[in-house]
Amino acid sequence: MHEIVVISGKGGTGKTSLTGAFASLARNAILCDLDVDAPDLHILLAPEYVREEAFISGFEAHIDPGACTGCAVCADMCRYGAVVVSGQKYTIDALRCEGCGVCVRFCPAQAVSFTPRHCGQRYISSTRFGTMVHAQLFPGQENSGRLVSLLRREARDTAKAEGRDLILCDGAPGIGCPVISSLSGTHLAVIVTEPTPSGRHDLDRVGRLCEHFRVKVAVIVNKYDLNQDEEGRIQALCRERGYEIVARLPHDPIVTGAMVARKVVTEMPENPLSALLVQAWSRIEGLARAVGASQGASLSL
Amino acid sequence: MIVSVASGKGGTGKTTVAASLVSVWSRPVAAVDLDVEEPNLHLFLKPDLAGPEPVYMEIPVVDWGKCTLCGACSDFCQFKAIALLGASLHVFPDMCHGCGGCLALCPEQALTPGQRQLGEVEAGMAGTADFLMGRLRVGEAMSPPLMRAVKQRLGRLLATSGGDAVIDSPPGVSCPAVTAVMDSDFILLVTEPTPFGFHDFRLAVEAFSPLGAPLGAVINRAGEGDLTVQAYCRERGIPILAEILFSRAIAEGYARGRVVADLSPELRALFESLRDSIQAAVREAAHA
Repeated sequence: MHEIVVISGKGGTGKTSLTGAFASLARNAILCDLDVDAPDLHILLAPEYVREEAFISGFEAHIDPGACTGCAVCADMCRYGAVVVSGQKYTIDALRCEGCGVCVRFCPAQAVSFTPRHCGQRYISSTRFGTMVHAQLFPGQENSGRLVSLLRREARDTAKAEGRDLILCDGAPGIGCPVISSLSGTHLAVIVTEPTPSGRHDLDRVGRLCEHFRVKVAVIVNKYDLNQDEEGRIQALCRERGYEIVARLPHDPIVTGAMVARKVVTEMPENPLSALLVQAWSRIEGLARAVGASQGASLSL
Repeated sequence: MIVSVASGKGGTGKTTVAASLVSVWSRPVAAVDLDVEEPNLHLFLKPDLAGPEPVYMEIPVVDWGKCTLCGACSDFCQFKAIALLGASLHVFPDMCHGCGGCLALCPEQALTPGQRQLGEVEAGMAGTADFLMGRLRVGEAMSPPLMRAVKQRLGRLLATSGGDAVIDSPPGVSCPAVTAVMDSDFILLVTEPTPFGFHDFRLAVEAFSPLGAPLGAVINRAGEGDLTVQAYCRERGIPILAEILFSRAIAEGYARGRVVADLSPELRALFESLRDSIQAAVREAAHA
């Protein structure tokens, strides 16, 4: 089985529009949206829920006002500033609470309870391009990394059950917790960048993250015609790091047009991007299979 | 006054708006980049920086002379950062959230404070503006503790300067984004009039409304996409403080690392008017 994740470092470079187009081109794939914080792939793929489950992860502290003696031990020990003191009243700010349990353990009056936290919902759905695994973290919640790991496991199980040999994932922006969770053990990271100072800076950092986790990198330069000098610098960076550029895509309003029509670009009539996307996808699939084969070979040694 | 520029969806123009606001701000101001995973504000404001200062989180280190393998620490840890495996105690530094619970409860005082580097803070000047940024170490998963360290430095800076701050926040609506915009006097949401922009804008409104600060919207790349964001803002009573029309000239200026407010007198006037609307809204909220 091969896993491909589309990431970018910088947000808004076109990850989801491209993943949607690749979903239409992939044969035999399970689709997965790992941007659990602000997922958008469902907007293009119109999934119909087959199964829905609560994502319960970690704990949240509550102070029982009847039992609290106002000793302030919790407020002194909390490293996250989550204990709010107003006069003699102590409460926990759920947005700051990390769920570590220090206040629960050290409260002399045992006035702090600890309840499991309902952080979001996860789904298995059917779409016109195949089964999709996705989720929505509730606003302000944490544990996105754990949710990403759960979705990837679910996607692998679903792929096995349906006899699919490819998992295509839309990733999150940044280089933090959810991105790290989406990289471990994946075969290929497709980094979508754009020829701007931010695009190049963020490609550099997310590329180093991939190298840190020994994940092979392929690059798509989106809107390459925005700035020739910056594109040159991106090409130089890719040469130096050994990242293959699998596509250079021009800025084209058809991408927004497709989004408004709730379609993927390859479903739009007669547009020059589609042909480029077909080529890019064939190269991406080839690279992912090659990595899978070489890992399989080294495993069997 | 602290103004956070946030978005939900990435790439809508947060950094463009934050850099431009700093450039037209009428009072002493600190430009702060809290998008510590992918900080970009310095690429546009081009500050002179004093050099990186490392930021650490406290993690436990085992004193083998004292540890009796009682397992109290591993039973307590919610993050599986300490595990008792056979006759040995293992600490997994990357998993630790730095709560300090294990150090406080060890009956033998066998755990002592060590550290893991989260990243670094950089401080300096961008023209007349103070500049602060965090940069997460590549491979570090947790950005909120580094963001809190940057905010602590900002607090000290504002206490001496008496000025305002414009914060460039990370995208999204989960814990890093909320950590960034918390404690702001105004939250400016930058969106684009597309289905993705609208979807994530709604998530952002839902996530940031409970924080109690007034919200305002900037619609970037107006004229592309559709009009759903505008209709939603009217319905929710969120003022649209500026609309930046899509233009190839702006996109190309951004691609050359320019501050958009410096591209033309018209754009400068647009950001000055945005600045005035924000300042008026904060004054009004303070009197309410």
